[in-house]
Amino acid sequence: MIAVSDKPIRAGGRRSRIPPGAFSGPPPPGPSQGKEPAAGGRSRFNADAIFRGITGSFAGFVLLLVAGMATVMTIASMPAIRKFGWHFLVSSTWDPVQDQYGALPFLFGTLLSSFLALLIAVPLSLGIATFLSELAPERPARILGFLVELLAAIPSVIYGLWGIFVMVPMLRNGPQAWLSAHLGFLPIFAGPAYGVGMMAAGLILAIMILPTISAISLEVFRAVPRAQREAALALGATRWETTRMAVLSYARPGILGAVILGLGRALGETMAVTMLIGNRPAISASLLAPGYTMASVIANEFSEATGDLYLSALIEVALVLFGLTVLLNVGARYLVWSTVKRGENRA
Amino acid sequence: MTWNRVRTSLAAFVLLATTSTCGTAGGLTGAGATFPYPIYSKWFDEYGKINKGVNINYQSIGSGGGIRQITDRTVDFGASDAFMSEEQLSKAPGIQHIPTVIGAVVVVYNLPGVGARLTLDGEAITSIFLGQITNWSDAKIASLNPGVKLPSKQITVVHRSDGSGTTNIFTDYLSHVSTQWAKSVGKNTSVNWPAGLGAKGNEGVAGQVKGLEGAIGYTELAYAVTNNLSYAAVKNRAGEAVVPTVESTTRAAAAAAKQMPADLRVSIVNPSAKGAYPIAGFTYLLVYQEQKNAAKGKILADFLWWAIHDGQKFAPALLYAPLPPQVVAKDEAKIKALTAGGKPLIP
Repeated sequence: MIAVSDKPIRAGGRRSRIPPGAFSGPPPPGPSQGKEPAAGGRSRFNADAIFRGITGSFAGFVLLLVAGMATVMTIASMPAIRKFGWHFLVSSTWDPVQDQYGALPFLFGTLLSSFLALLIAVPLSLGIATFLSELAPERPARILGFLVELLAAIPSVIYGLWGIFVMVPMLRNGPQAWLSAHLGFLPIFAGPAYGVGMMAAGLILAIMILPTISAISLEVFRAVPRAQREAALALGATRWETTRMAVLSYARPGILGAVILGLGRALGETMAVTMLIGNRPAISASLLAPGYTMASVIANEFSEATGDLYLSALIEVALVLFGLTVLLNVGARYLVWSTVKRGENRA
Repeated sequence: MTWNRVRTSLAAFVLLATTSTCGTAGGLTGAGATFPYPIYSKWFDEYGKINKGVNINYQSIGSGGGIRQITDRTVDFGASDAFMSEEQLSKAPGIQHIPTVIGAVVVVYNLPGVGARLTLDGEAITSIFLGQITNWSDAKIASLNPGVKLPSKQITVVHRSDGSGTTNIFTDYLSHVSTQWAKSVGKNTSVNWPAGLGAKGNEGVAGQVKGLEGAIGYTELAYAVTNNLSYAAVKNRAGEAVVPTVESTTRAAAAAAKQMPADLRVSIVNPSAKGAYPIAGFTYLLVYQEQKNAAKGKILADFLWWAIHDGQKFAPALLYAPLPPQVVAKDEAKIKALTAGGKPLIP
């Protein structure tokens, strides 16, 4: 209490982004309230109905689009589904010459590279967002925040090119060579240092989703009511305790939302990953080994896929990727929903 | 007033749109292989200069896409590096293969300190790409290169990750020289590689080989030359070590012309002729013998005639091998057989 009383509170509360109503209890009755049934209500009602109909049909269009995509992909992948059944998901042979297709290495590669990316990017992003919203002086914070948002707008092929010309040689001659030589007995660092491979893909994905996660987390942190922080500080909490109790726990659903968006980008990212992952459909425990993702195999092989079953198998890979994205998003939404609910119950 | 202006500009727009459609009535659309795209775009450009108003639009979407589009008749001509299979032909009755130029695939490598050009033979290349020879100091490579001091360095195989005509020619060669390769891997635009890293595009393979010491890969001749990569001389069936050049590639095609079947679908890898480079292939334009639109058919036939005669002089500068006279004669017969409404398009 004494420790914080001699300096102004800068816990982000003075930023103008916080809605004015956030500090008070229930909002005062707005000017519009109680005036609802205005004169000429009938025509207004019609306008409302039309408005609702139009916007509703837009929303319905999204549903139609998703259903349409799922249907078309399912129909187009029927030959492969009929031929391989569930083996498609558990077999790791991908042989266009023999017409044998199994998507397990791609499934594995997509999940592992996205997981690696989250593992690196989430703590970093939360650190960036915490610093910018809670600790940094205002002017540098605003400039840095702008730069983070700028990073999110860089096209993925630029990341890929940077990765292949700058990051890969650095990885190959630096950390990977060392890991391979000194920790090569561990399965996750076994094998020669190619530069390209799962590690490079995970790193580039981490760099790509970092701005997304930190920019959204930053907004979420800034929206935490100032009163929360003041309450914690008033109880004698340190800066770290305030951040952890008042900001991070309050913002948890928002952070999860940010992570979901980042994960979505990592799962579907094609160009940069294709350039860096090494494109070998094999499952290896080693982070130095090359891998393959679902998005990459589609991008690589779709244009030259001449056989019908081959094409159908590639479309089934797309269907699996689609299903995986839906599944992970639903799972993550459920997580958000349950944390929000738990928070409400506690309150 | 405003409405009038809108109406005028609308009318002007419609007029403009109609006239521009009239302009492209003298145009053709084509789609297919990426490998010959540089020479094709040069041809369309040069041909457009000679014949004003002829506008040829080519989408380099890959051979597989080219075959699909010409089969569905959504384009006026297709283009493919691999000739069509019997199954594909049965879906597109009346389709003709017109060889346009020849491409050589070269074995590129990165071995600093080895000044002399390495010589490899089919057996050595197969063993390397099967992952059986894993070190440059291997006795097999040494016996082919007496007097060259080979470093003890691990070999990293780099292959194409995307489906491609280059891969088709290269695996066709390996299947011809090795029964083991033919049985365990086979030939296609993409195959189940037993070893190595996958890189996207010729430029990807060239870049990867350039950056990784001890790497070996395959690219088109043009990419090896423009990227200043070392490339191997390959022993042909006559037992000579032949350096890939435009001339040695044309010689391979001349040797194959004797056994060319009536439909011109022929593999020219591993010929027995003297001085012929053994890893090469034709690239084809695909057209229907009976053209539905006489005007367009005439433009197409005229263009093809020009391409196999005057157009050939543009090939060497872009490192494609021009057609030998024997093949030009066979092409002439094919083009003369093109008809519209039963009447020949070229007198």
